[in-house]
Amino acid sequence: MLRTIGAPSVEDLFVDVPEAARLATKIDGLPDHASELAVERRLSAMARRNLAAGEVPFFLGCGAYKHHIPASVDHLIQRGEFLTSYTPYQPEIAQGTLQALFEFQTQVARLYGCDVANASMYDGSTACWEAIGMARRITRRTKAILSGGLHPHYVSVAKTMARFTGDLLETSVPDLSPEPDTARLLDEIDSDTSCVVVQYPDILGRIGDLSELAERAHAAGALLIAVVTEPVALGLLRAPGEMGADIVVGEGQSIGVGLNFGGPYVGLFATRDKYVRQMPGRLAGETVDAEGKRGFVLTLSTREQHIRREKATSNICTNSGLCALAFSVHMTLLGEAGLRQLATLNHAKAVQAAERLAKVPGVELVSETFFNEFTVRLSTEARPVVRTLADRGILGGVSLGRLYPGAEALENGLVVAVTETSTDEDVEALAGALEEILA
Amino acid sequence: MSMNREGRPTKPDSAGEAGEAQTWTGNRALMLEEPLIFEMDEDIGTGVDFDEAPKVASRLGGLERNRPIGIPGLSEPQAVRHYTRLSRQNYAIDLGLFPLGSCTMKHNPRLNERMARLPGFADIHPLQPVDTVQGALELIAELGGWLVKLTGMHSVAMSPKAGAHGELCGLLAIRAALEARGDAREVILVPESAHGTNPATAAFVGYRVESIPANERGRVDLDALKGRLGPDVAAVMITNPNTCGLFEPDMIAISEAVHAAGGLVYCDGANFNAIVGRVRPGDLGIDAMHINLHKTFSTPHGGGGPGSGPVVFSEALTPFAPLPFVEQQGDHFVLVEEETAGEHHASSFGRMTAFHGQMGMFTRALSYILSHGADGLRQVSGDAVLNANYILRSLEDVLEAPFGESGPCMHEALFSDKGFAEGLSTLDLAKGLIDEGFHPMTMYFPLVVHGAMLVEPTETESKAALDQFIGALRSVAERAKAGDESLKAAPVHAPRRRLDETQAARKPVLVWKPPVQAEAAE
Repeated sequence: MLRTIGAPSVEDLFVDVPEAARLATKIDGLPDHASELAVERRLSAMARRNLAAGEVPFFLGCGAYKHHIPASVDHLIQRGEFLTSYTPYQPEIAQGTLQALFEFQTQVARLYGCDVANASMYDGSTACWEAIGMARRITRRTKAILSGGLHPHYVSVAKTMARFTGDLLETSVPDLSPEPDTARLLDEIDSDTSCVVVQYPDILGRIGDLSELAERAHAAGALLIAVVTEPVALGLLRAPGEMGADIVVGEGQSIGVGLNFGGPYVGLFATRDKYVRQMPGRLAGETVDAEGKRGFVLTLSTREQHIRREKATSNICTNSGLCALAFSVHMTLLGEAGLRQLATLNHAKAVQAAERLAKVPGVELVSETFFNEFTVRLSTEARPVVRTLADRGILGGVSLGRLYPGAEALENGLVVAVTETSTDEDVEALAGALEEILA
Repeated sequence: MSMNREGRPTKPDSAGEAGEAQTWTGNRALMLEEPLIFEMDEDIGTGVDFDEAPKVASRLGGLERNRPIGIPGLSEPQAVRHYTRLSRQNYAIDLGLFPLGSCTMKHNPRLNERMARLPGFADIHPLQPVDTVQGALELIAELGGWLVKLTGMHSVAMSPKAGAHGELCGLLAIRAALEARGDAREVILVPESAHGTNPATAAFVGYRVESIPANERGRVDLDALKGRLGPDVAAVMITNPNTCGLFEPDMIAISEAVHAAGGLVYCDGANFNAIVGRVRPGDLGIDAMHINLHKTFSTPHGGGGPGSGPVVFSEALTPFAPLPFVEQQGDHFVLVEEETAGEHHASSFGRMTAFHGQMGMFTRALSYILSHGADGLRQVSGDAVLNANYILRSLEDVLEAPFGESGPCMHEALFSDKGFAEGLSTLDLAKGLIDEGFHPMTMYFPLVVHGAMLVEPTETESKAALDQFIGALRSVAERAKAGDESLKAAPVHAPRRRLDETQAARKPVLVWKPPVQAEAAE
């Protein structure tokens, strides 16, 4: 090969690198290559230093949920033709990915009660921020009103971006009260408002009707953005799009993806037909080939960075394709009937768990309404309680102190998620431990 | 008993031409047509078994669904078949050479997949108490340590979700650093040959984008750049090796000039695979660079993600890095979030994603890095560059290599459509390559070269595989130069012929609708 190239050695191919920056040998202070077995040993040892959710009674939620994922989901996404393919820029040899994305978009649009959905975003938090930017472009206004019930990390992401884009964010911290902050949001909508952003169910698990918010936002020329961090909830709950939300975004992790310590996840993004050209991200669309056969392509790319460059609707390029596929495969296995059963099971277990925990002295149920996640007020600060529970081998929930550091009014709050994976014994273990700790 | 010699023929007869006839199913043997899940008559309810739900009084606040959703369910065998059939309509690295320039489609080792699925990594929640995730934090810290050492930089932000998110991270840190010194600058300079994400990101962060020209050798025009630098220039975004597949030999001079003018240097690290283990961007004066773990460090592309785009920073930008991040304190690893950031990290520009980044990609990337080690990674870049130069020199007699004269290329070889017969284009050549059983190279990028074809073989390919590809590309290129009009019909052997992208964009159909509804909408 070097003879064909006409170079004496591989090193000579790097002549353009300034001498001063060219390393003569491998980088010092780093180990050499290792065998497959050695790497497996090393990483397995690291993995053992973590407490896996499946090993213990587990009740964490707040934007990431533990659900059972059928074995065939992981099998199918590991097929090399999906796993090791690229973004489908050559549609003739990427119909598999493109058709799966078209099916995914349809599933998401229907689940959210919207006209159209895109082919995924990085995660729920970045999808939420992109939705705020999209509302700014549509309304040409910059004031976004964020519900106190919006996940605080989603709020943080929006604040980071707003610092540089000039958006004005009206934010607040939630109250430990039974109902979401719909009334406050209704009061704040005015003629400068670009959008109202509300989480459904909210960070404390509470569920509010979005219809009035949608009406009032529309009357003021603003958009309603609904954020759904737990898509399983929509197996039972009315879709935000049906209640008038203009953009619905959220996290898809619950369906098909797994916990993964926070990533990779899959951002879902849906809206009305009339806003599709303002939408960020990739879109698969239907067309025909030269013989008139139906096929799918990436479309409306004139919105995107590789064509529009600095005028693009977003800079997003690689998104979350394989997680979108996992979501879609799991959703296809569930079907509407299965999703409804799954949601029913989650809700029923959560209701039972809430009732059980409310009987523990020092535990008071805060959320009046909820799906599979509810907030309780403990008689003491929740964060140390969560640590003590972990020491006893119970991952007992997310303390509001972790999510809202410094907010004293919230520090006794604990958010408990209960899914189909939680057994009666798990709930009993949590209740029993809390009885002892809070005594 | 005599043998029956007149049974099954063992040789095709000349009537084999009849293979072109239409089949009743529309299938062609292993090439199977597959309807959408919404079109199957097999909606069986659900393919998942559930325990009976206990009866409880609803706490949903009267917001129960009152309309069907319209999502069909398949049984496990039906679903397995549906997706397996779809998968067979995809090209993939597992099937063959994937020469997509600037995308680094290298083999995805399966050990990585196994490691990422260990329950200790895959089944942990991002908000678990940090004492219960010490191994995960250790892994993030260890991978970060490798990235810092391999790049010769000062620190690393692990949370960005993909390359473009990493660019955003880098530019947010640059903007925060400039604001912190009360220096409001407005312009980002981007070479003409840059990835589209660069100007898109710069604009997203509120900067005005100005283009800087390339010289005749395909490199940044240093004099033009110096002439444009001034107090309004916040940063230069540069890709090195650049998108023409060439190293910027003036990189150190560029960085010095930018710094002297008070600006900062962002490097798009998409092409890091060409120099890993041989050149440390920190030695080139770079202030921030993203690293696509899904390129250089072999995490799978998955049909368009998920990726991961950690960003390495110079000392000057380190205080502005995003939250959260992992810090080692003795034997213990802590997660520095908003509350613990304190004064030490008061200038962080904030959070850019809900949690801590793409853990699943970190596991895979570290598995790859540990497998290769310092010696193996150096060999990766050497082999990748060797392979690209072999392609360049093996084909430059048939395809014009616009910068072939200026010396070796790095990890990708760039060709143009010069010499193609009237009416035949790069697109036709690319589609012809599909019929030869290859994924096409990157086309029409970089924009600075007419009908550009950017070929990146990666270190994965053997000489035999490269020769096979070179033979195919040579054949198609000769057809394009000879005016072989049949190329305009290519591909003819793929699951689909050329697809009408204009129609797709003019009347977008982005979700499936039942036939009646679809007609009504016309």
